[in-house]
Amino acid sequence: MDWLFFGEVSVAGLATGGLYALIALGFVIIYKATRVINFAIGEIMMFAAYLFLSFAGGMQLPPLIALPLAVLGGTILGGVVEKVMIRPMLGESPISVVMVTIGLASILVGMAEIIWTADPQLLPDFLPREPVFLGQLYLAPKIAYGFLIAAAVLLLYLLYFRFSRGGVALRATASDQAAAYSMGINVRRVFNLAWVFGSLAASLAGILVAATGGLSPQSGVIGLSVLVIVIVGGLDSILGALIAGLFVGWLETVAGAFFGGEYRMLATFAVLAIILVFRPYGLFGTHEIERL
Amino acid sequence: MRIGDAKQTYVADEALWTSSTQQIWFGLLLLALLVFPFIANSYLLYLACLVGIAVISATGLNILTGFTGLISLGQAGFMGVGGYTVAWLSLHTAVPFPLALLAAGLLTAAVGVIVGLPSLRVKGLYLAIATLAASVFLHFIFSEWTSVTGGMAGLSLRPAQLLGFSFHNDFRMYFMIMPLAVIMLLAARNVFRTRVGRAFIAIRDRDISAEVLGIPLLKYKLLSFGLSSFYAGVAGGLFAYFFRVVTPESFPLAMSIFYLAAIIVGGMGSILGGVLGAVFMTLVPEGLKLLTAAVTPFYPQAPVFMSPLLGVVFGVLIVGFLLFEPNGLAEIWRRIRRFFHLWPFRT
Amino acid sequence: MNVGGAVYILEAVNVHLAFGGVAALRDVSFAVPEGSITTVIGPNGAGKTSLFNCISGFYRPQQGSIRFRGEDISRLKPPARAALGLARTFQNIALFRGMTVLDNIKLGAHVHLKTGLLGALAYFGPARREEMAVREEIERRIIDFLEIDHIRRQPVANLPYGLQKRVELARALAMRPTVLMLDEPVAGMNREEKEDMARFILDIKDEWDVTVLMVEHDMNMVMDISDHVVVLNFGQVIASGEPSQVQQDPAVIQAYLGDGDVETLRRRLNLKTEAA
Repeated sequence: MDWLFFGEVSVAGLATGGLYALIALGFVIIYKATRVINFAIGEIMMFAAYLFLSFAGGMQLPPLIALPLAVLGGTILGGVVEKVMIRPMLGESPISVVMVTIGLASILVGMAEIIWTADPQLLPDFLPREPVFLGQLYLAPKIAYGFLIAAAVLLLYLLYFRFSRGGVALRATASDQAAAYSMGINVRRVFNLAWVFGSLAASLAGILVAATGGLSPQSGVIGLSVLVIVIVGGLDSILGALIAGLFVGWLETVAGAFFGGEYRMLATFAVLAIILVFRPYGLFGTHEIERL
Repeated sequence: MRIGDAKQTYVADEALWTSSTQQIWFGLLLLALLVFPFIANSYLLYLACLVGIAVISATGLNILTGFTGLISLGQAGFMGVGGYTVAWLSLHTAVPFPLALLAAGLLTAAVGVIVGLPSLRVKGLYLAIATLAASVFLHFIFSEWTSVTGGMAGLSLRPAQLLGFSFHNDFRMYFMIMPLAVIMLLAARNVFRTRVGRAFIAIRDRDISAEVLGIPLLKYKLLSFGLSSFYAGVAGGLFAYFFRVVTPESFPLAMSIFYLAAIIVGGMGSILGGVLGAVFMTLVPEGLKLLTAAVTPFYPQAPVFMSPLLGVVFGVLIVGFLLFEPNGLAEIWRRIRRFFHLWPFRT
Repeated sequence: MNVGGAVYILEAVNVHLAFGGVAALRDVSFAVPEGSITTVIGPNGAGKTSLFNCISGFYRPQQGSIRFRGEDISRLKPPARAALGLARTFQNIALFRGMTVLDNIKLGAHVHLKTGLLGALAYFGPARREEMAVREEIERRIIDFLEIDHIRRQPVANLPYGLQKRVELARALAMRPTVLMLDEPVAGMNREEKEDMARFILDIKDEWDVTVLMVEHDMNMVMDISDHVVVLNFGQVIASGEPSQVQQDPAVIQAYLGDGDVETLRRRLNLKTEAA
């Protein structure tokens, strides 16, 4: 076995995993606060990446302006979706709410294809191009810088949730909705906030992912990998999302490099199957006590 | 108008059609289904076959998701198992089609039960994701187990056979698909007149209480998975006979979503809903095609937008029905019927 | 089991149940005499419903055992216990919203029916006969008795609260109970509904030959119809015996009132006698 190659692949995988962790974080924020599983998270990523393509490619805006604009667009999309589609479903069965997000995903894919065509496209370069070496290991610059940005944003998020007023409200709502409500926390706003933050993370990650791997209306399938990550980590665990994100990113990349592309998904879902059988609520998820 | 439905016996009170009016309507419907192929053109016949297959599959998914409350994203994968089974049998054996379809149904039911195994430990959304995992595995098997499935190229079938009779066109296929659809619908309806169906619904509504009331959860969840997958397998088998080719791309994830959309639009937890939804969702793409054809002379790009527009329409239908008519077309139908119950008298 | 003349149909022996570090039941032991109406009372959070859940098999106590007719049933799963005739209703009505009243009641008969999947699909022969038999039995013994014939075709979701409680009782009766466990059968009812329910419970005990185990807060009703009362507080049994005995027990009065005014509570417990 070529250990150098394995090392390079592993590092690249972990770096990709950093991006996954960011998306998974967005997912977990939404789930923790609102108990909604967002099957459309991959499509929100895809949509934000297309916005970036339009701003930076079509309108020739400099990346430093296009990037925040595109992220803003994806974030607004998340906020609007929450208001228009998710909030009216409050109190409905989780299955119905999940189906709404599946419907949303279908709408977003179709719209992206209508607006930007079905052809795969490349994003204009906006990250530095010098190769990055960790010791002997070569790392593609896009992946490396993508990871750095994702890690920075992750850190900001964690600090925000730990220390800010909004973060406390979010955590309070997550742990006990009724109690939070009775303590004067505006739970509706928190729901919206969760979708906004979740979509923000997804949008940024979407652009970074598309920058390395290209973009098509079908890019949203990455959402499936993210689903696996959050299940492996535990739906309501931020720590779980981070660790599982890194792990699944690594696993997919290694499986893809050593066995071929068709094994990427297989490896991911094999892990999922194992977890579902042995630790159904994930590595760090809480198993709620059921009541009659 | 429907009057005079006082019953003398419990048998009459629990019949599927509790009034002679209903029986007459059902008789007329059967008659119409019988006459239809002789007067329909080839396009309508083709559509009717598609609708029949969709009705069977949607009913299967409705049993699992609509009645038992176990959401599944694996319907396309299950149909694939049925489709490949029939295709393989058609290529390697000379079994008549009823046996092949039965085998397809049973094998798919077995796969369904295995997929359902985690359902005791994981619930709701976790289960949805487990079924998603199953469909990824199945897709992998379809495309990689080349010696059996033909890999990406798939398998081509000979026409379905029964006692030397060959179902090689849509007209003949109609007489395979439609009776099967009717029988399987009635059977599904029957299930919900007995303790089995009640147990399914109880699990959907309150699984914990159901257990305390004497319903073994795992057994009935697996039963629901098995039954639902049987329907999916038969539908997949018919699909294979109808198109006479199966490839991994015949059963994409989008197909699973199509069927979920069908039962939502039609009405979850209603046999009639599954039927209405399957009919409606099968006709939507055709309606779009007609629309596109009408627009193309003025706007030549139109065909390009056909397929993405379909995705948008499906999505809008799912979201729209969930938000505004969560009980689906079946509820709209009930409302219309209620209006005519006492018609022409006002209530 | 037979102790001193009384036959106990159901016993809890040293039952201990904890969630994480919080003990819900501590060393709970009591016995239900066959043919009695036994009531478990106690302040909110005393562990009454947890105890019911242990008996139903929904919770597994960490220690101790549940015995039915002297046999340890601690290892039986809930459906097996239902088959023994441990039928129950729930504190927060647990009807199946998607079914009609009739189907809800029929569901209670589940463990006594045999139809399998194939029979169900065909609905012919034995499956059909069985359905008709259960329908007939329910109509004759339960629907008429509980006076719910006018609503049998209605979806339960639309029914008023009092009727929902009655349907839940009907469903428990369809389980052909040996021990009928009622979790707050008259909570939230008006006076008239309460009286109806009390009458039903007494009739069931007499005519169906059923033992009733009940959790209830309404002291008038408890003192009125119970043969035997068990008092739980903070997960422990603090008193048990005949209603009149328990009523006077200082520990019980303190559990309800704390260390304050004993007279007030004594008055509350005696409310019924004053009203009479």
